[in-house]
Amino acid sequence: MKDNDNEAKIILQDVCKSFGDFQALNNINLQVNKGEKIVVCGPSGSGKSTMIRCINRLEEHDSGKIIISGRELTNEVKDIDAVRSEVGMVFQNFNLFPHLTVINNLMLALKLVRKMNKSKAREVAMGFLERVQIPEQADKYPIQLSGGQQQRVAIARALCMNPEVMLFDEPTSALDPEMISEVLDVMIDLANEGLTMICVTHEMGFARSVADSIVFMDSGEIVEMKPPDEFFNNPESKRTKAFLSQILSH
Amino acid sequence: MNLQIYLILESIPKMLTGLGVTLQLLFLSAVLGLSLGIFLLLMRISGRWYLSLPAFIYIYFFRGTPILVQIFVIYHGFPQFEFIRDSVFWPILREPFGCATLALTLNTGAYVSEILRGGYLGVQRELHEAGMALGLSKLHRFVYVTTPIAVRIAIPAYSNDFISLLKATSLASTITLLDMTGASRTIVAETFAPYEIFISAAIIYMVMTFFIQRGFGRFEKYMSRYVKP
Ligand SMILES: Nc1ncnc2c1ncn2[C@@H]1O[C@H](COP(=O)(O)OP(=O)(O)OP(=O)(O)O)[C@@H](O)[C@H]1O
Ligand SMILES: [Mg+2]
Repeated sequence: MKDNDNEAKIILQDVCKSFGDFQALNNINLQVNKGEKIVVCGPSGSGKSTMIRCINRLEEHDSGKIIISGRELTNEVKDIDAVRSEVGMVFQNFNLFPHLTVINNLMLALKLVRKMNKSKAREVAMGFLERVQIPEQADKYPIQLSGGQQQRVAIARALCMNPEVMLFDEPTSALDPEMISEVLDVMIDLANEGLTMICVTHEMGFARSVADSIVFMDSGEIVEMKPPDEFFNNPESKRTKAFLSQILSH
Repeated sequence: MNLQIYLILESIPKMLTGLGVTLQLLFLSAVLGLSLGIFLLLMRISGRWYLSLPAFIYIYFFRGTPILVQIFVIYHGFPQFEFIRDSVFWPILREPFGCATLALTLNTGAYVSEILRGGYLGVQRELHEAGMALGLSKLHRFVYVTTPIAVRIAIPAYSNDFISLLKATSLASTITLLDMTGASRTIVAETFAPYEIFISAAIIYMVMTFFIQRGFGRFEKYMSRYVKP
C-alpha cells in the first residue's frame, strides 16, 4: 500500500480555523502525494504556520477534514500521538530541548515513542547526526551550537522518527545569513532522497530548485498553487504578482 | 556588660540536642511538604475545575494565615474533636512533634506548590510543542521535558522557602517542643543569660542557613549547566 506512488500522504478538505473572531484558515484544500515537495509562501499573517500546525494538530481545525496517511485527525488522543510520530516538524526557532545534549535530544523520542533500547537509539541518532554532518557535536548542549547547527540538529531529531512527511515552518528565517545555506543544503538532500515535504519559506531559490508545487497563501486562503516555473513566470492572481514583486526585489 | 563565654560553651551541648529536633522537623516537613506541593501542583494544572479549585482554596487558606496560628489550631484545637481522638492519626497528633510537623508540612506544601507552578509556567510553550510534534505522550512530556526545566527555574525560590521553613521550625517551641529555640529557652530559664544563649542560637541558625544556601547554590549550578555556554 505504501509503495503506491500516487498515494496521498496529506489531504486537507475544506479546512477552516478561527482564533476567536479572526478566521485564520478559510476553506483550505490541499493534497500532497508521496514524495511531493510543496513550498508554501505568502505575506505575514496569511495562515501559513496555522495550516502546517493543523497538519500535526498543534492547532485544532474547526471544520473540514485532515487526513494523514489515511488517518483522519480527530479528538482520539492515541491516534494523535501516533500521527505526530509519523509527521516530523522543524520550527523556526529550532525548539531543541535545552536541558538535553544533542544526542539526547535525538534519543528521547526514539526511546520513549519507538521503544528502542539505549544503544540502539544512540546508534540511530548518531546515524542522523552524521547525515546532517555534525556527529562531533553529539555531547554538547544546544546553546553551545550555532543557529545553523541547532537547526540541523532539529532536522536530525525529526528525521530520527523516520517520518512519512516532514513539515518545515520557516526553518531558515531565524538564522544569520551565512548559516542559511548549510541548512538549505540538508533540506535539498532530503528532497532529492524523495522525502515528502511541506515547507513554509521565502527562500525562492530553494523553492525554484526543489518544489514540485508552490502554494501562495493570503488572508487564510490558498490563492494559487502551481509548479515553480509557472508560478514565477506566469502568476495569475494580482495578489501573487504583488507578493512576488516585493519578495524578488531584494 | 561582659559576655560569659563559659556559659555559651556549657550550653552548646544542650543546644545541640535541640538541633537534632530542629533538623528532624525541617527534613521531615520539607520532604512531606514537597510531596504535598507536587500533588497540589498536579491538581492545579490538571485542567479540571473540581481538582484545581480545591487546590486553589487550600493554597489560599494556608498562605493567608500565620503558621503560628496553624500550629495552635492543630495542637490546641484538634484534641477537642472526638473523631480525631479516635482516629489512627491520634498517636501522631497527640504529640507536639507530630502537630508541629503536620502544621509545617501543610504550610510549606502550599508555598512549594506555588513555587513549582511558577517553574512549570516558565517552561516555554514551544518546548511542549516540540515534544508533541515528536509524538511524546502527555506524561512523557511532563516527566522528561517540563519537569527538569521547571525544577531549574524553581530552585532559587524553593531554596528561599526551605530557609523560611528552617526558621519556622522555631515556632514549635511554643507548643513545648525542645527544638533549638525551645532548648535555648530552657537554658535561659536556668542561667538567666538570655543574651549569650540566644545569640549562640542565632549563630547556629545562621551557620545552617549558610550551608543550605551553598547546597542549593551547587544544585542550581548543576541544573543550569546547559543555560550558559
Ligand atoms: N494562537 C493564536 N491566537 C490568536 N491568533 C492567532 C494565533 N495564532 C495565529 N494567529 C493569527 O492568525 C493569523 C495567521 O497566523 P500564522 O502564524 O498562521 O501566519 P503566518 O502566515 O505563519 O505568518 P508569518 O509569516 O508571520 O509567520 C495571524 O493574523 C495571527 O495573528
Ligand atoms: Mg508563521
